[in-house]
Amino acid sequence: MEVFLPRTLDEALELKAAHPEALPIAGGTDVMFWLNFDLRRPGAIIDVSRLDELRRWQREDGAFFLGAGVTYARIMRELPQFVPLAQASRTVGSPQIRNRGTVGGNLGTASPAGDALPVLAAYDAEIVLVRAGGATRAVPWSEFHLGVKKTALAPDELILGARWKAIRGPGSFSKIGTRNAMVISVTGLCLAVDEDGRSVRVALGSVAPTIVRAQAAEAFGARAMHDVGTWDDPAAPLQSEAFQEFGRLVAEAARPIDDVRGSAAYRRHACAVLARRALSWALEDRLRARGAA
Amino acid sequence: MLVRSKVNGEWREADVWAGSSLLSMLRDRLGLPGSKNACEQGECGSCSVWLDGELVCACLVLAAQAHDREVRTVEALAEGDQLHPVQEAFVEAGAVQCGFCTPGLIVAVAHLLSETSSPNEEAVREALSGNLCRCTGYQKILDAVRLASGRMREAAP
Repeated sequence: MEVFLPRTLDEALELKAAHPEALPIAGGTDVMFWLNFDLRRPGAIIDVSRLDELRRWQREDGAFFLGAGVTYARIMRELPQFVPLAQASRTVGSPQIRNRGTVGGNLGTASPAGDALPVLAAYDAEIVLVRAGGATRAVPWSEFHLGVKKTALAPDELILGARWKAIRGPGSFSKIGTRNAMVISVTGLCLAVDEDGRSVRVALGSVAPTIVRAQAAEAFGARAMHDVGTWDDPAAPLQSEAFQEFGRLVAEAARPIDDVRGSAAYRRHACAVLARRALSWALEDRLRARGAA
Repeated sequence: MLVRSKVNGEWREADVWAGSSLLSMLRDRLGLPGSKNACEQGECGSCSVWLDGELVCACLVLAAQAHDREVRTVEALAEGDQLHPVQEAFVEAGAVQCGFCTPGLIVAVAHLLSETSSPNEEAVREALSGNLCRCTGYQKILDAVRLASGRMREAAP
């Protein structure tokens, strides 16, 4: 096995082009587990943790760019304005893991349980990929994440980061697990309200081979808020039947399996519960925001 | 491959297998067995060390990733016979049972108290959420954190 320690993105991309089989690692928290237990031994590893280009975030042309190498600890510290993303980051592993793990790692590993992924899906993020020479392409999240541990990343590409249009409105990330730390999600849910587009976005993790958006529930939620006038008057309450139906539709979007962490039936149930809670939190946040304005 | 890191203030070189972890380098090549090898998957925190000042599990860092970087281990905390206040507090509070998780917890607590001098209980629990004690002696560990925190505050200028 060979390990490369490039200092610049250009150097890393040239290495990736010359060694397409090489596995890039940033935090290494997934890959080191394989190596320690000899579950998988890549022919070569490229350490991308020293590349400044991956470790930055910035606003660009009305969008926000998050470098693939930004750690979860940094997201919690530096980007609290992205509430669901910061919340999801806080549920990743433990402080030690969050100091190493990166959003690029979640994307590259492409487990449906990656905690950052439902948030990127709810943000309608594009994943920015780069190859030698510096040419980039942006792939919508749904076309990037193709299946369990399958992505659209080409062998000569690296993940540069994720880009999304920031939306105005409340949102949250919630997760079911057996404890508050060091837990792989049994069900994860991100809900984001887009005040300007008057839409509700819901993305689910750990309940299908990829992250899924609950589109029927999203449409129902936005319409229910419209019907009672909540979009214009946050004090106008949604009826409890609307919460029930919203939860039911979110659960219907899940395609879960039974596994060691939970049964399919439990996961579906969890989707409905998290969905109702997330919607009620968002409506409470809107009410508070109006009170504060 | 040859990895060169500044370990506890001193530049050291180690010849390691390319896939080996920082933990294995510290324990098997550099003679620093204070960081414990337990789960090897980042679950237990027994191998907690500082990498460029950040708290990490040494088992989840590729040794090569520590090349040209600074590593600090539990061995750096005591000065000769003079224990670090966190170590003293663990001894006095009896926050040790089998002792295997202790070095990782000492490092995690020392890190916490270097960032927050008087953390509340919730902050302590979250900061230590990556460290497991299989003897489940958590109450005395929390007592030790309070003891160390109080003493370090008093000693601070």
